[in-house]
Amino acid sequence: MSPILVGPLAVAGLSTVLAFLIAILDKFLNNYGQLKISINGGKKELVVKGGSPLLGTLAAEGIFVPSACGGRGTCGACKCKVLTDVGPHLPTEMPYMSPKDIEGNVRLACQVKVRKDLEIELPEELFSIKKLKTRVERIKDLTYDIKEVLLSLEGQTIEFEAGQYVQLVVPPYGDIPESAQRAYSMSSRPSDSAHVELLVRLVPGGIATTWVHKFLKEGDSVEIVGPFGEFRIHDTTASMICVAGGSGMAPFKSILNHMKETGAFPEKEIWYFFGARTTKDMFYLDELSALAKAWPRFHFVAALSEPKPEENWKGDVGLITDVLDRYLQGKIDKKKGLEGYLCGSPGMINACINVMKKNGMTEDKIYFDKFA
Amino acid sequence: MNAPNVGILSLFIASILTSNILLANFLGTCSFISISKDFKSSMGLGIAVTMVIGICSAVCWVVLYYIIVPLGIEYLSFIIFIIVIAGVVQMLEMIIDRFSPSLYMALGIFLPLITVNCAVLGVILFMQIRYYNFIQAVVFGFGSGAGWWLSIMLLASIRRKLDNNNAIPAGLKGTGITLITIGFMAMAFIGFSGMIAIQ
Repeated sequence: MSPILVGPLAVAGLSTVLAFLIAILDKFLNNYGQLKISINGGKKELVVKGGSPLLGTLAAEGIFVPSACGGRGTCGACKCKVLTDVGPHLPTEMPYMSPKDIEGNVRLACQVKVRKDLEIELPEELFSIKKLKTRVERIKDLTYDIKEVLLSLEGQTIEFEAGQYVQLVVPPYGDIPESAQRAYSMSSRPSDSAHVELLVRLVPGGIATTWVHKFLKEGDSVEIVGPFGEFRIHDTTASMICVAGGSGMAPFKSILNHMKETGAFPEKEIWYFFGARTTKDMFYLDELSALAKAWPRFHFVAALSEPKPEENWKGDVGLITDVLDRYLQGKIDKKKGLEGYLCGSPGMINACINVMKKNGMTEDKIYFDKFA
Repeated sequence: MNAPNVGILSLFIASILTSNILLANFLGTCSFISISKDFKSSMGLGIAVTMVIGICSAVCWVVLYYIIVPLGIEYLSFIIFIIVIAGVVQMLEMIIDRFSPSLYMALGIFLPLITVNCAVLGVILFMQIRYYNFIQAVVFGFGSGAGWWLSIMLLASIRRKLDNNNAIPAGLKGTGITLITIGFMAMAFIGFSGMIAIQ
């Protein structure tokens, strides 16, 4: 054999033997057998294969702990309580832990390896989070820049509360090389568990909105993950003051339809303020007016900030904050107390919070979903 | 070349004291300085380095005299030794992770970094140029590891005392006073030199 080949072959051979040994060792050492994970005091029991991080182990069992970085330990989103002693916090976890977290055994699910039977605590709502493969059933233009996208779950179902959102998985397309996820509120009713409807407004340069508006076609398959979110109707008798602009309509469409359909929270009076610039930006007007006529406790206020004379607009005129201010000062009965529900751009939400506070509403009773 | 005529016991003591890998040969100083600020981690790293050097000298001796020398590829010995060290450290890491997670966590990033600890490669190269036989190689390996372990424990103890000393000028605190301390320690160890010939 040529002497020039002997060296490289020997090095390659030696490396192969070492790699082989490491692989065998890994197979034996990393074999923890069948382990049990008990969630929330035994409410859910999982039998899993040990040796991997908790985050991936749970995802394989269909429990999706939120994670933005995909398990690299850089986002700190996958916090969960681990009641079993799994050793002290790792240096990789420390940047995301407050002293209270450390005392309460809060860990990052992506950094904790499953090596023994574990007892953990997770928020209840995580159990219903699923990754769903859907098909686009219908895309409808609501305005020149807002589309209503109806996704069919094709036999799967989703359980959610009116007001929650899903993450839309945007595949790589055009010049966008990487898959991305963006949150959209569901505008469909919770009772229709076979469909998810989203309202998507075109944001110039937006990755997901451009994809939905320019690339997505009826019949395409789309993945969604959800439901997530804390935006929901609060169980009190206080009147709801809902304010939305643009595609901020989505959670309210779901909330209103749900309340009308089920008669939930019968004591609640509902005021819904929807603001737009011109009639071009206005949608669902007939549906909502009809709903207001048929449903005495629901009051719909549509306002245009810049109506043109030829549009013949008969509703309220002015910025939605000014209109809200007028109604709060005169027309709305405050006896049962008021709760604010806001959905739209951060600017609109902050302005509305100021108006509401000025009219005696307290900040802890104002709930919002900011489109950031 | 024949193996040098050195007794096992004197070789072991020599590698710990008179030819201390750290304080007489100045190998493996980076983790020596950074880890010695914590007594417990020093203990863990000392054990790990001793294990790695001991096991690696045995494995590398076999590789040297059964693969490298027969094939005549001495010019590749550095690369081959480094590959073997990396493999052994990887396996040791997996074993520690399995059987002592707390030690694994205490060592953290320094465990994989043993791969590039020059004390390990240094011991193996000494073993090569001094023509040790297998027993001598293993004893020299474990002895050098124990010497490294002894040195880091000494330094960690001294640093623990130094931490409670308020008389150190601000500019010397930390690495500065540590380097001076290591210098004094090295001088003390140099005092042993020449007492036992090991080559």
